[in-house]
Amino acid sequence: MGSLRRILALMGKEFLALLKDNKGRFVLIGPPIIQLMVFGYAASFDLNHVPYAIYNEDGGAASRALVARFEGAPAFDVATILHHDSEIKSLIDDKQVLLVVHIGQQFSRDLALGQSAQLQLIVDGRNSNTALIILGYARSIVLGFNESQLLAAGATGLPVHIQTRAWFNPNLQSRWFLIPGIAGLITLVVTMMVISLSVAREREQGTFDQLMVTPLRPFEILLGKALPGFIIGGLEGTLVILVAVFWFEIPLLGSLVTLYTGLALFLLSAIGIGLMISSMAVTQQQGFLGAFLFIVPAILLSGFATPIENMPEVLQYITLVDPMRYLMVILRGVFLEGTSFTMLIPQFWPLAIIGVVTLSFAAWLFRHRMY
Amino acid sequence: MISGMRMRGLMRKEFLQIWRDPSSIAIAFVLPVLLLFIFGYGVSLDAKHVPIALVVEQQDAATASFTGAFRKLDYFAPLPFANMRDAEEAMREGEVEAILHLKSDFGRTIFQPGGAPAQLIVNGVNANTARLISGYATGVWATWLQQYAALNARSFNVPVMVQSRVWFNSELKSRNYLVPGLIAVIMTLIGALLTALVVSREWERGTMESLMATPVSMSEILLGKIIPYFLLGTGGMLLSVAMAVWLFGVPLHGSFFLLFGVASLFLLVALGMGLLISTVAKNQFVASQIALVVTFLPAFLLSGFIFEIASMPQVVQFITHIIPARYFVALLHTLFMAGNIWSVIVPNTLALAIMALFFMGLVWRISRKRLD
Repeated sequence: MGSLRRILALMGKEFLALLKDNKGRFVLIGPPIIQLMVFGYAASFDLNHVPYAIYNEDGGAASRALVARFEGAPAFDVATILHHDSEIKSLIDDKQVLLVVHIGQQFSRDLALGQSAQLQLIVDGRNSNTALIILGYARSIVLGFNESQLLAAGATGLPVHIQTRAWFNPNLQSRWFLIPGIAGLITLVVTMMVISLSVAREREQGTFDQLMVTPLRPFEILLGKALPGFIIGGLEGTLVILVAVFWFEIPLLGSLVTLYTGLALFLLSAIGIGLMISSMAVTQQQGFLGAFLFIVPAILLSGFATPIENMPEVLQYITLVDPMRYLMVILRGVFLEGTSFTMLIPQFWPLAIIGVVTLSFAAWLFRHRMY
Repeated sequence: MISGMRMRGLMRKEFLQIWRDPSSIAIAFVLPVLLLFIFGYGVSLDAKHVPIALVVEQQDAATASFTGAFRKLDYFAPLPFANMRDAEEAMREGEVEAILHLKSDFGRTIFQPGGAPAQLIVNGVNANTARLISGYATGVWATWLQQYAALNARSFNVPVMVQSRVWFNSELKSRNYLVPGLIAVIMTLIGALLTALVVSREWERGTMESLMATPVSMSEILLGKIIPYFLLGTGGMLLSVAMAVWLFGVPLHGSFFLLFGVASLFLLVALGMGLLISTVAKNQFVASQIALVVTFLPAFLLSGFIFEIASMPQVVQFITHIIPARYFVALLHTLFMAGNIWSVIVPNTLALAIMALFFMGLVWRISRKRLD
C-alpha cells in the first residue's frame, strides 16, 4: 500500500501548509461563522416596520376606519401624519417613508352615497421589489376594508374571496429560503479558496516541479490535493448546517443521508473546478482571482437570491453547468420540503459528471502545464 | 518630498504589473462586464408569466369569468389540471408555482352572502416569489372585482378603488435598481479586493523591502499604488455607467458630474480599505480572505444593493452604518432614479468623505511606522 502512504503524506503536508499559522487557521473558522450570522440576519426580503405616511383630507368616520386598518397592520410602522400636499414629495425623496396613503376630501361622502371612493397610494419605486410587496400589503388591507363596508351596508359582501395558503413555509419567511442557500455559498467559498491556492502556491514557490519528480503519480497528487479540501469543505458545511438548524431554527425535514450525498457530490465538483483553476494559475494571486471569477457568477446564476425561472432562456442553459444550481435545489428540498433521495437523483448525476470531468482535466493539467 | 520622476517610475511599474497579469485584467474588466450582463439581462426579481395550476371542479360562466382574469394579465401562465392530486404533484415537481382551486359550488355561492371562496396555494419555499405571486393574484382579483361590479351594477359597488402611483420607477423594473447598485460592488472589487491582493504580494515576496531601500519615500510608494488603481477604478465606473445608461436603458436623472464626484470619493474609501488590509495582513491568502469578508460580501449583502436595510434587525442595521457601500448605494439609487435630491446627497457624501479621510489617514500612519 505504498500508494496510500504517499497520498497520506501529501495530505499531511497540505494540512500543515493550511493550518500552520494562526491567521490561516482563523480565516477557515472565523469568517464563515461571522458571515452566516450577519448575513443570516441581513439577507431577507421580508418587510416589517415599513415607514409610511397618511394624508387624510377627509376626516370622516369611514376614512378613520381605513386608517385604523393600516395602523393595525403588522407590516407597517407608526404612521407619519401629513397635513399638506407639499409634505409628500420631501418625505418620499428623503426615503423617510416608502408609502403615502392619500385619502381625498370626497372619501366618506362617496362611500355614504354608495359610490366608489378613490384612494391614492404613492410608493417609492427605487427598490422595485419592496415597492411591489408594499403595494400587495396595502391592497389586501383595502380589500379587507371593502369587505367590511359591504357587509355593514347590508350587501352580500364581495362575490369571491381569495384564501391563500403557503406550502412548506407557511409564514413566508424568506430566511428559511435564504439560509440554506447561504450555507451552500459559504461551503463553496471556503472550499474553492483552499483548493484554488493549493497548486498555485506550489507553482509560485517552485515546489510543484519537485513534487512531480517524486514517486507520486499524478492521480496520487490529485487525491492528496483534493482530499484535504474535501475534508475541510465537509466540516465547514457541517458547521454551517448545525448553525442553520440550531441557531436559526430552520426545519430540517429530509434525511441526513440525502443531504450529505448532495454535499459530497457538490464538493467533488467544486474541488474539480478549484483544482483546474489552480493548475492553470502560476501565482497565488491568479489562483485566488480565478476562483473569484468563478464563484461570483456561480452564486448569481444559482438561484440563490433570484429565481432561475426569471432568467432569459440562454442564461438558464448556462446555469446547467453551475454546480451551485444543483446544491441550492438539494439544500432547499432536503431542508424545507423533505424531498426524498430518489426525487433528487436528477440533481445528483449532473454534479457527479461535473466532478469527474473537471477532476480528470485537472490531473491532465498537472502534467501538461509546466513552467 | 515627492519627486515627479520617481512617481512616474513607480506608476509605470504598477501599470506594467497590472497589464501583464491576466488575472488583474480579468478582475478589472472582464468580471465587471460579466456582472453587468448578468444583472442587466439575467437576474431579475420580477416574476412574469408565473406557471399556475388551475383546478376548476365545475366549469360555468362564473368560473370562466374569474379564471379569464388570470389569463388576461401577463403575470400568470395558467395550466388547467383535472383534479387537485395532479396539481399538487405538479407543484411538488416544480412545474407550477401556485394552484388556484375553485370548488364545485363556486358558481352557486358567488351570489350568496359571503361570496364564493377561491383557494390559492403557493409554494412558499421562495418566500419572496410566493409573496409576489399572492400580491399579483390579489391584484388580478381586484381588477376582476371592478369589472364584475361594472357588469353587475344591480348587486354592488366596490367601495374603495385603489389608484397606485409608483414614483421614480413607474414600471417597477428590478433592473433599474440592481444595475446602479452593482456599480458599488464593481468599484469595491477593483478598489479594495484587487488592491489588497497586489500590495500584500509585495510584502509576501519581499519586494516592498527592496522598494524601501531605494530613495523613494513612503508617500511616494503609497501614491504610486493609489493613482494607478484609482484610474483603473474610474475606468470601471465609467464603463459601468455607460453600459447602464446606453445598453440597459437605466435612466440617469441626476447630474453625471455629481455621480462622478461621489464615485471618486467612494473609490478613495475602497482604496484606503484595500491598502489597510494588505498592510496589516502582509500575506496573500489572509489578505484575500479579509478583503472578501470585510469589503466584497458586505458591499453585496449589507449595502441595500439587494436586501432592504430597513427590514434588517436593529443590530445589523447598526453594522451597516460602518459599511461604506451603504452610503454609495443610496447615492447611486437616488442619482439614477430620482435625481439631485440634496437631502440625500449631502449626508451620504459627508459620510463617505469622513470614511475616506479615516482610512487614508490610517494607512499613512501605519505605513510610516514601518519605515523605522
